[in-house]
Amino acid sequence: MKFTLSWLKDHLETDAGLKEIVDKLTLIGLEVEEVDDKQAFAPFTIAKVLSAEKHPDADKLKVLSVDPGNGQPVQVVCGAPNAKAGLIGAFAAPGTYIPGIDLMLSVGKIRGVESHGMMCSERELEMSDEHDGIIELPEDAPVGTSFATYAGLNDPVIEIGITPNRSDALGVAGIARDLEAAGLGKVKNLSITKPKGSYPCPVGIMLDLEDVPEWCPAFGLQYVKGIKNGPSPKWMQQRLLAIGLRPISALVDITNYVTFDLGRPLHVFDADKITGGLVVRRGKQGEKFLALDGKEYELGPVNCVIADDNGVESLAGIMGGEVSGCADDTVNVLVESALWDPLNIARSGRDLGINSDARYRFERGVDPQFMKSGLDQGTNLVLELCGGEPSEPVIAGTIPNPKLEIEFPVSEVSRLTGIEVHSEECSVILQRLGFDVSGSGEKLQVGVPSWRPDVHGKPDLVEEITRIYGVNRIEPQPLPSTGAVGTKVLTTGQIRTRAVRRALASRGMLEAVTWSFISETHAKLFGGGEVSTRLANPISVEMSDMRPSLLPGLIAAAKRNGDRGYSDVALFEVAPIYLGDEPEHQHRVAGGIRRGTAQLTGGGRDWLQPANPVDVYDAKADALSALEACGLDTSKVQINAGGPDWYHPGRSGTIQLGPKLILARFGELHPMTLEELDVSGPMCGFEVMLDALPESRKKATRTKPPIQISDFQTVRRDFAFVVEKSVDAASLIRAALGAEKSLVNDVRVFDLFEDPVLGEDKKSIAIEVTLQPKDKTLTDEDIAEVSSKIVEKVTQSTGGVLRS
Amino acid sequence: MDLRLNQCRDPLTRIERKMNDLETFEKSILNEIETCADEAALENVRVGSLGKKGSISQKMKTLGSMSQEERQIMGPALNGLKSRVTDAVANRKVVLKREAIAERLKSETADVTLPVRQSPAEAGRIHPISQVMDEITAIFADMGFSVAEGPDIETDYYNFVALNFPDGHPAREMHDTFFLQPDENGVRKLLRTHTSPVQIRTMEAQKPPIRIVIPGKTYRCDSDATHSPMFHQLEGLVVDKTSNIANLKWVLEEFCKSFFEVDHVDMRFRPSFFPFTEPSLEVDIQCDRSGTEVKFGEGTDWMEVLGCGMVHPNVLRSGGLDPDEYQGFAWGIGIDRIAMLKYGMPDLRAFFDADVRWMKHYGFRPLDMPTLFGGLSS
Repeated sequence: MKFTLSWLKDHLETDAGLKEIVDKLTLIGLEVEEVDDKQAFAPFTIAKVLSAEKHPDADKLKVLSVDPGNGQPVQVVCGAPNAKAGLIGAFAAPGTYIPGIDLMLSVGKIRGVESHGMMCSERELEMSDEHDGIIELPEDAPVGTSFATYAGLNDPVIEIGITPNRSDALGVAGIARDLEAAGLGKVKNLSITKPKGSYPCPVGIMLDLEDVPEWCPAFGLQYVKGIKNGPSPKWMQQRLLAIGLRPISALVDITNYVTFDLGRPLHVFDADKITGGLVVRRGKQGEKFLALDGKEYELGPVNCVIADDNGVESLAGIMGGEVSGCADDTVNVLVESALWDPLNIARSGRDLGINSDARYRFERGVDPQFMKSGLDQGTNLVLELCGGEPSEPVIAGTIPNPKLEIEFPVSEVSRLTGIEVHSEECSVILQRLGFDVSGSGEKLQVGVPSWRPDVHGKPDLVEEITRIYGVNRIEPQPLPSTGAVGTKVLTTGQIRTRAVRRALASRGMLEAVTWSFISETHAKLFGGGEVSTRLANPISVEMSDMRPSLLPGLIAAAKRNGDRGYSDVALFEVAPIYLGDEPEHQHRVAGGIRRGTAQLTGGGRDWLQPANPVDVYDAKADALSALEACGLDTSKVQINAGGPDWYHPGRSGTIQLGPKLILARFGELHPMTLEELDVSGPMCGFEVMLDALPESRKKATRTKPPIQISDFQTVRRDFAFVVEKSVDAASLIRAALGAEKSLVNDVRVFDLFEDPVLGEDKKSIAIEVTLQPKDKTLTDEDIAEVSSKIVEKVTQSTGGVLRS
Repeated sequence: MDLRLNQCRDPLTRIERKMNDLETFEKSILNEIETCADEAALENVRVGSLGKKGSISQKMKTLGSMSQEERQIMGPALNGLKSRVTDAVANRKVVLKREAIAERLKSETADVTLPVRQSPAEAGRIHPISQVMDEITAIFADMGFSVAEGPDIETDYYNFVALNFPDGHPAREMHDTFFLQPDENGVRKLLRTHTSPVQIRTMEAQKPPIRIVIPGKTYRCDSDATHSPMFHQLEGLVVDKTSNIANLKWVLEEFCKSFFEVDHVDMRFRPSFFPFTEPSLEVDIQCDRSGTEVKFGEGTDWMEVLGCGMVHPNVLRSGGLDPDEYQGFAWGIGIDRIAMLKYGMPDLRAFFDADVRWMKHYGFRPLDMPTLFGGLSS
């Protein structure tokens, strides 16, 4: 909402300056977004051209001698065809900023002749688009004085952001009312006289909205005959221009002016282009309508229209029609002031994609009680600016008179805000805002004015009082302690998220935050892409589906980095995935990828260490680390070969607790997956399902069981077994661990060897077994005994043969 | 000393000759020891003299066949010789060892300027959004708040209706909402446009007093330099029987001071509008924008940082609470935005691009855990 300072002062008697007004507006909730004090126009002066000679080297240029009013003429080179001796216009000296062409003027040479300033066109001063010649002022224009003052260009423009509840402030008069309440002056009474109609309105109006009467509660129309349309007066044009509206003609400008002046949208029809009477009705399916914006819209029964015998003449409350619009040759006019349903207007406007100042106001709610006065004011302005003779007004429907009364205990103010405002002060504030207040002391009876559809109850009144009283007068008061001790700040899931983030970052990975939505193709590759997780209005096809996995986003990120020259990257993210549209389908996952040589110790070549490509074991270590960070003892998990389709079938694994509970998946990415995502490997990844981890059992005590430290010497022995290639290491380790539980403390694989000399499809696994006796030092015989047990057990479980 | 006295008394007795020989013998052994080039040579000398069959051991063996008088002189002399040679060997051994180590070290040099690998624990990075969420949690945990969460895919009810956005309300249009495909009944879910639905979910699940903060992802179909279709919000909610705007102001002032790590910050509360609060306020904080970076706690500029207000009676009712009995306040703040303000990141879109150079530069070290006692962002 834009207005000028002089416009505000039409409605408000005040001594306050621009800054005071601007500051106050913000503090009472009408946030000032921009102020243009128009100082940019201050340097322009009214000057007289003393002589105009042809430029020696250019046919279209002239060399002027210009008197800026100080009796010291300057030389100006000018290209305007209308430049001539005796012309009085607007002059800019060197050093002046020319707003219309965004130029800082300096002394320049044009085709060899020095120019010390410029005579301006209207476009250069943002007065209009006129640029065919320089401004020509009447002979009596005072040379040497400020052009801005003369032309009214120095009227500061204020732009405020209006919150959706404050439709009452969408007119300058409403803003003045708020400022008066805030103590910044006195509102000037609007005196709108009723135009005396001398004949009945020749055009009838009928409301044909049987099933949806709320779409148009009332409709007012007044006919004015014998008018003369033309440009609106300068003062009106200046104000409209200042707020960014293009003056069109007096009739059109009147409707725009009243919209911004009083928050009351109006419409004017050229009465001679209306055939038969006007009817307000639902649109018909497929009905075409050419609007004033020059576009044709296809309407339907959800749209409310004003039609005549020829069809739709206006899209109610949103935009008038081109056919019945007023033009310079209009002689008979119909002025319309009506009430429209906010919901219907909002929906129609949104569906058709039409934004207009009328729609903006109607969908927020206009003052129903002002409908008739709005019509009067519109007609008055037509008569004043265009002449003519008015008919009697015709009103169809009934103007609603919402009379909301609120029982208001004044203690609500302190209950909700913590400050005491005296009952009388509350009364005064509310009354200044137009509320009817009766009663005194604790109980007030408050009647809500018709222009405040946003005020429904007690808290709304508290807001009205505090915003005018001053929110900044509320002193902060500490929030009392609840006294609760040991309340859990974070849920288990949140604690895990935090821990896993730090754990993975400690493994040299960078935390990414990628979009929750990915392309349908990518979603399908990772087991998603269902309709239930597809957006109806995505920003782009690349962001159409809620992700079923973190990997596609991370892989795409790796690709982007690779394209920038960083191909060895290790990225992770801890965030939700979406396997359906219900809350329980959203799962917290830690996912990560490593690409190229980005292993734990860092990627790229290094003099100390060969640059090895990442593989399944890098991803496995990451996944186990994430699980450990969640407090899980990973020696208890099962690791099974294989994973979902997006992993390499032979180089991936699944980490489980029991046969059904999948905790994590890891592996090298399937070559086809990488190809579909258009990224090159090697790449490995993992996904840890944080929600799947069992909640750790609540312990009765935090003390740990006493530690058992043996005093007897630990013994380590190495064994190498030749086994079938298909035997997995875990079963061999399990066998060795189980061979003598009281002694075997740890089993490590320290070598893996595959060679034809071992036999076809054989491999050798070498383990180091740690024996920890608890009650005596082991003798050679003891060691030999347990060693043979280990060999026996391993052979029995895996078919492995001790390698000699 | 003794030897010289004896020499004076009786210069050329047999014993004296023996003693002279012994002296020469000792000198030659000691000389041998001193000239040993390495430990192996020294060991040879030791075995040749002190070993079982060594020259000194041989001489010791002759003591038994000596006269008592002779033995009384030669015994101590030989023992002295033995102990001096033993000491000399030991000393020489130490010297040789040192020399040998010194010699070895001469060849053992490393170019200490060669780079070593950075520890993974220092190479990794935490995203600024996570770090700021941790900072915020630390601050509000200290004030007795716990952290609540809710789903990203929401219903129209939780995102709008329960929060007092009636159907067709213009405020709905300010939320450029992402909708999901409608189901078979034509009902469409949406991506939550704010974290406020969690207010309702929490009130449904928990009776007051409620003190929660709700960090999370939010979505609006809007994309330009300052808007991202996905962003992060932090919602706060207090519901009890007494909390009011004065308390709200205190909580937010404490938060801003702690978060921006300044002793004092001026805040400006402006009346505003949100469907789910009444009265509603927007909050600007004092800052200085004159330089290249924004400084908080000084200057004369204002920057809008959050919206807040008293929970609207209709919202309390949606949560199953009687607005005449319960009251409270709520606020919402953009996590990405305050992260940008605090840490000087210019472009929101870069948050979600996962450019490793950006993450290395603006990310946080894994062990840099925000705490109140250690300074949030030390």
